[in-house]
Amino acid sequence: MAEPLRRDGRGAHPDRDFPAYRSTALRHPKLPLVPLHDPETELTAPFLGTGPIGPIDADLTAQHDGTPLGERIVVTGQVRDGNGTPLAGQLVEVWQANASGRYAQAEDAHDAPLDPNFTGVGRCLTDEHGTYRFTTVKPGPYPWRNHDKAWRPAHIHFSLFGTAFAARLITQMYFPGDPLFPYDPVMQSVTDPAARERMVAAFDLDATVDQWATGYRWDIVLRGPDRTVFEHDLPGDGGA
Amino acid sequence: MAERNAEEVREQPLTPAQTIGPFYGFALPYPGGPVIVPDGDLRVHGTVRDGAGEAVPDALVEVLQADPHGRVGGLFGRCSTAPAGRFAFTTVRPGATGDGCAPHLAFLVHARGLLLHLHTRMYFPDEPLNAYDPVLAKVPNDRRHTLIAVPDRDGLRLDIRLQGSGETGGDETVFFDV
Ligand SMILES: [Fe+3]
Repeated sequence: MAEPLRRDGRGAHPDRDFPAYRSTALRHPKLPLVPLHDPETELTAPFLGTGPIGPIDADLTAQHDGTPLGERIVVTGQVRDGNGTPLAGQLVEVWQANASGRYAQAEDAHDAPLDPNFTGVGRCLTDEHGTYRFTTVKPGPYPWRNHDKAWRPAHIHFSLFGTAFAARLITQMYFPGDPLFPYDPVMQSVTDPAARERMVAAFDLDATVDQWATGYRWDIVLRGPDRTVFEHDLPGDGGA
Repeated sequence: MAERNAEEVREQPLTPAQTIGPFYGFALPYPGGPVIVPDGDLRVHGTVRDGAGEAVPDALVEVLQADPHGRVGGLFGRCSTAPAGRFAFTTVRPGATGDGCAPHLAFLVHARGLLLHLHTRMYFPDEPLNAYDPVLAKVPNDRRHTLIAVPDRDGLRLDIRLQGSGETGGDETVFFDV
């Protein structure tokens, strides 16, 4: 039987019904969610058949013949669970706009240049300390049609799996000091200021590489096992 | 021990979720993502719709299911709903898991406008174990049908309605708080 996850702490997540972000209006459930207690399927992590991941997958500046425009940055951090346990071997997927704020997706109609040397897709596995590391360029802010003068603060999208399907997380990493924060309903959908701050990376001199790239550190915390319940339920048992 | 753990958890607050956004299509879908089992004899498909009944062309559907022996973990799929709100997976029928549940597929729905993804499930229409399934038992009678696939000539169809229509919203898919 799979290990139950902690059910507390999820108040950090935004409400799905957040009118300032207009697209939520017709896309949030109105009826109450049905509680699902200790379901084996959702408490299991998928073994992802992603194939081998090469070094170029984590270096978004090295995926083309030329060098992309923009500020070269290193983004690194630790993936751990709510109990503080580092999560090794975790698939981390990232995607982002280029330095001009344009996505390499045909549907992005923003009138900013594409960069033939930048796609903006990366993935890696965390190492034995739960650390991920990407080399990329700082994405630009971009406009959208949510409201008058709507601009998204610069961000990198992150996808993580954790130790259970129920620990899955898709989120966005922001850059410190962005003046667009107060005007962005996606970021402001996280209403607790402390929780919002947890989506903002910190400039990090240790991650900075001399003469080459500035560094940002951003740790990610996913739902983890409810150790308290686990220990009570299985006294003397070494684990699953 | 329990107290110490509670403290640790206060020290490790979770990273909040954010929407997948409209532009993930160049990044997350991968070849073979919709093929959970190559040459699988089961096709599971459907359309994701919003509260107005419009197809949602920028959702990402992920599936985790047991293998025919009821073992979970190895069978995972991912399918974008671009461009018409439709998804389709090639797979096999799962066996029953060890927690007493009838055979099912676990679904995750991500989309622009969804600040936190949604969990739902697909059950099989011809499955006697559905009557004993502890999850279906918790779902109000008149909403259970939203979790049970409908056979059609393409396989099994499960349409996902993110938000119901009208006052009662009775056609809204049942989503789970896991
Ligand atoms: Fe974005």
